[in-house]
Amino acid sequence: MSGRITAGVVARVVVRTMGELSITLGVVTLLFVVWQLWWTDIEANREQEQLAQGLEEQWASGTGPAPVDAAAAPSAPASGAAAPGAVPVSDDGLLAAAGEAFAILRLPTLGADYQEPVLAGTATSTLQRGIGHYEGTTGPGQIGNFSIAGHRTTYGAPFSRIAELRERDPVIVQTAAGYFVYRVSAIEIVSPQEVAVIAPVPNQPGVAPTTAMMTMTTCHPRYSARQRYIVHSTFVSQVATADEVPTVLAQG
Amino acid sequence: MYELLWRVIPGAWGVKVVLLIVLLVAVLAALFLWVFPVIAPLVPFNDQTVEETRAMSAGHVPAVVP
Repeated sequence: MSGRITAGVVARVVVRTMGELSITLGVVTLLFVVWQLWWTDIEANREQEQLAQGLEEQWASGTGPAPVDAAAAPSAPASGAAAPGAVPVSDDGLLAAAGEAFAILRLPTLGADYQEPVLAGTATSTLQRGIGHYEGTTGPGQIGNFSIAGHRTTYGAPFSRIAELRERDPVIVQTAAGYFVYRVSAIEIVSPQEVAVIAPVPNQPGVAPTTAMMTMTTCHPRYSARQRYIVHSTFVSQVATADEVPTVLAQG
Repeated sequence: MYELLWRVIPGAWGVKVVLLIVLLVAVLAALFLWVFPVIAPLVPFNDQTVEETRAMSAGHVPAVVP
């Protein structure tokens, strides 16, 4: 090149730069997909394993900050509460410090080794580390609706196989207070705005609860956020050790 | 753009290639560790919770807003 700048040279440089930028943007977009579908799983799986292990060690040693004793806590909506069903959204609704793990969810249907930590609150950053407990909903085993949310894809995807759950399948929530055994009672697919599914009495907002329920929410269909996959469970019993869980399930 | 980059990077041919690889890894690390985690909450397919939107009338069970 002679170094003379002609209109043709300028045009070529502009077009080439635009082309290069477009290709770069495409590559970065592909990298984002790789990160979202692959890297977040790796990071979150490691974190969730650590959280669950940390909880078990904490419970075994009986030291550390005592996790919420959900069973011993006063059951809020049962009696004397101002307006049943109108649980105020406040920091008090958290079962532990925001983002802190307080329980382990076990779904024997998905394997004996299925265990995922349950964290307080449903902030985006919390759900990226594990299953989140909707603040304001009741605790495990209590009268009302213990409601949790988790990723179905990406970020460790704790609820990736939730569609394998069938009615009467056991759902076990382990806290410092013991094992809370539920059985799946209903499965539904709703719109993301359908907050009534986590009402104290599912799908009946404003009605005072008389039974202990549990609700899991995640996205549906997979790799989409168009709808929500909802699994309701009914409380069966609370036991102190893992050995007693099969006995309870055999009875109920 | 990339031609300019090639010219700006110092050294002989082999040195340039090594420097480019280092640069590429640095860019990848920055994307994975800082840029993508910031973008992720902004894409619409990451919501797992049910929540009340402005479109819904009052009087429902107060929902958790993530």
